[in-house]
Amino acid sequence: MNSLILRSASRLLLAVLLLFSVFLLLRGHDLPGGGFIGGLVGAAAIALYAIAFGAPTAERLLPTSPRRMLGLGLLAAVGAGLLAGLASHDFLTGLWWIFDVGPVEVKLSTVLLFDVGVYLVVVGTILTMLFALEEH
Amino acid sequence: MLTAVLVGFVAAFVAPAITRPLGDRVGWVLALVPAALTFWFAAQLPAVADGGALTQVVPWLPALGVDLAFRLDGLSLTFALMITSIGTVITVYAGGYLRGDRQLPRFFLILLSFMAAMLGVVLADDLIALFVFWELTSLTSYFLVGYKHESSTSRDSALQALLVTGSGGLAMLGGFLILGSAAGSYRISEILADPAALQAHPFFLAAMLLVILGALTKSAQFPFHFWLPNAMAAPTPVSAYLHSATMVKAGVYLLARTGPGMNDHPAWFWILATAGTATIVAAATLALLQRDSKRLLAYSTLIALGTLVLLIGVGTPLAAEAMIAFMIAHALYKAPLFMIAGSVDHEAGSRDVTALRGLGRVMPFTWAVALLAGVSAAGLIPMFGFVGKELAYEALFPVPWALAALVAASAVMLVITVLVALKPFVGRELRAPKAAHEAPLSMWSGPMLLALAGLAFGLMPDTIGQALVVPGASAMAGEPLDFHLALWHGLTPALWLSLATVAAGVVLTLAWRPLHDRLRSAFGATTFGPAGAYEGLLTGLKRVAAWQTRVLQSDDLRHHLTIILAFAVGLSGVTLLLQGGVHIAPAFEWGSVHEVAFLALIVVAALAVVQARSRLVAITALGVVGFGFALVFVLFSAPDLAITQFLVETLIVIIVALVLVRLPHALLREEPRHGERALSGVVAVSGGLLLTVLLLAVVTVPLDRTLSDFFEAASYPEAHGRNIVNVILVDFRALDTIGEIVVLAVAASGTYALLRRWHGRERPQPHDGPRGIDDGNADGNGGRTP
Repeated sequence: MNSLILRSASRLLLAVLLLFSVFLLLRGHDLPGGGFIGGLVGAAAIALYAIAFGAPTAERLLPTSPRRMLGLGLLAAVGAGLLAGLASHDFLTGLWWIFDVGPVEVKLSTVLLFDVGVYLVVVGTILTMLFALEEH
Repeated sequence: MLTAVLVGFVAAFVAPAITRPLGDRVGWVLALVPAALTFWFAAQLPAVADGGALTQVVPWLPALGVDLAFRLDGLSLTFALMITSIGTVITVYAGGYLRGDRQLPRFFLILLSFMAAMLGVVLADDLIALFVFWELTSLTSYFLVGYKHESSTSRDSALQALLVTGSGGLAMLGGFLILGSAAGSYRISEILADPAALQAHPFFLAAMLLVILGALTKSAQFPFHFWLPNAMAAPTPVSAYLHSATMVKAGVYLLARTGPGMNDHPAWFWILATAGTATIVAAATLALLQRDSKRLLAYSTLIALGTLVLLIGVGTPLAAEAMIAFMIAHALYKAPLFMIAGSVDHEAGSRDVTALRGLGRVMPFTWAVALLAGVSAAGLIPMFGFVGKELAYEALFPVPWALAALVAASAVMLVITVLVALKPFVGRELRAPKAAHEAPLSMWSGPMLLALAGLAFGLMPDTIGQALVVPGASAMAGEPLDFHLALWHGLTPALWLSLATVAAGVVLTLAWRPLHDRLRSAFGATTFGPAGAYEGLLTGLKRVAAWQTRVLQSDDLRHHLTIILAFAVGLSGVTLLLQGGVHIAPAFEWGSVHEVAFLALIVVAALAVVQARSRLVAITALGVVGFGFALVFVLFSAPDLAITQFLVETLIVIIVALVLVRLPHALLREEPRHGERALSGVVAVSGGLLLTVLLLAVVTVPLDRTLSDFFEAASYPEAHGRNIVNVILVDFRALDTIGEIVVLAVAASGTYALLRRWHGRERPQPHDGPRGIDDGNADGNGGRTP
């Protein structure tokens, strides 16, 4: 779509939306958000960019192909579940490392890794379909 | 014992990596694994000698009472030694037979996996574990029969073997579940410990029939015998190993194993004796129609399998003794015979026994193996095959009709042996399709070893007798037995029968050519019988599948949706009525101003969808309906739901808009006919009505807060999260989420593949990695036209 307004706006919005999607992903365990919602926002950001600049340009922007994101996401989610096995827990038991960095409480966990996997699969799914449709 | 099985699987997965680097020596190196296992199992002989057993239990699914329980007694050890020792020989042989084959890495992966799975079958003391290993052998057999996957005969035979043994396996699983619930345990040794209690269960007969069905399909008994000769499409090492020495004996093993718990039921004898005898007769008759060496051997394997099943059906201690001895003898001669048939095919270029003459001079070692194994197969002194056959005759004296069948079939066995092991090698002039020469060391040394073992055991029958036959037969009989094997029993009735067999065999051999030609011209083209029934069933199934797909899942999306909605509404509505309807307490009150406003928005947008002339407008209006709902979610403080709804609606509009842009114009302007519109209206309105009624009914019942209370209470202390929705998604019910993201990934990949196909061409992608992980599969780029 050839629109100067859309192009300028999407260039600005891309960074903000991507940042927002990661923000939603990370805060999801305590406040509205999470991997699914974050992934939808992330995919929407790329989709907007793809509408403005075309799918090939948007695809070059990504660190890896959307189809590979599907695999990586599944790997992260299943891997997060398997990590519990190393600590002799059942599959998908969450492991937590909670510590303070100055005034900030940092919560790392296999659950977060799992959510990252969900995020990647959601982004990968939507973009795979979108790019496949856009491609002429 | 778990280690033994695991070693097999690990070796299987290492094999593909080392196949290419090792080159021609790969068979010898990989054979070290089964060889080591053979020694390990042989070292356990003293442990089972006096009816003892080794056990090992590793918890697997403790919640379901399913364990990886293993038990090694005389019967298991006999099978385990057969699997590992013949496995050693086969691995070496395959290295020579398939030398340089480009799929060799895959071959060893599957062959060694099969060996490990087969060990699992005979060692398992848990019904479910046994079933899993059992199905693994069917699967590996499928891949091995279909090894030459470019050939459609190969693929059809593989599928046939899988479908026949697979359906039998399902029946068997049903039987196992009944047995497990009847005995309150899946541990085989516990189930069989109390046969009286087991047989008192009302479903015992059903369980027994199902288990027998599984065993009969696996061991290719009449009327399921037809898959075995067709499985000869596999490479020869596979035919020798799976379809003669081991896998087809899994059914025999299962019957021998479960016999102590079932064999005093009258149906046991009648079913097994009938099936075994029918197999013997059918195989002996059909064998006379064959001239392909591997198919001839396949029919002689069927005769042997029928004999084993028959002996298990008879169920006396003597029959158990005969069964074990006959089976060991059969493994020791049939595997070498298959391998020499393969060597002859490999080095002289044919398996047609009428096309080969005089190979003995150019292939002296192969011929020596053929003679040694052949004498045993024909059941002649001084080989172990003679001991096995004599015992079988003796055990069958109480069942004269079965004995008569076996004597006749043994004469045919002699004919088959002469055709495969003698005829191609004798004669002055050399006749072969290609310049024949001796097979390499790897292809005759192993068979020679097995054939010599057949001779050694024949000369000293009591050595193997005390080591394996007595413990094995004791395990089958469920009580310690004491007997001694001997080559010479004196002038017994069994010996006279043996002499009669030889005489009949010689006559049949001399008359073979004219008899064969006449039978071929009479029955050669018949497709009638169990194999025909299988074909008919398969064709019928495909026709029904095609028909119901046309009717229920047509290409027309509107039709497709109508069917889905109509079924959903119809089935739920009927169920509701049958269950006595729903209770709705009519209570109505006006909501706040913005609730009413959102409702109005949703209604107006919905009307716009129905009225829209252009699809783009319809889609956008549908998006507005979705946004309206999202706003309702916001009002009732469900932010996660609202955000998700907003995003999904937006993305759907984008994606559908893209689809619409790409659709051909003709399709876009096509107007539904009047009747169709009315039908769509009825379906849509009834769907909406049903949902409304259901929702009203749900809110009439007081809300059960058990789950919500649990999640609210447990969310932070147990899962460190305050957002319950997310905690449920990624922690409490993470397994569901894994399922969901797998569905997403599959849908995305499917969409991608379909659109690619639709574009009709492939274009390079910026991020694509190297292509062609497939090792040259001919179907690799099916559907893509350059």
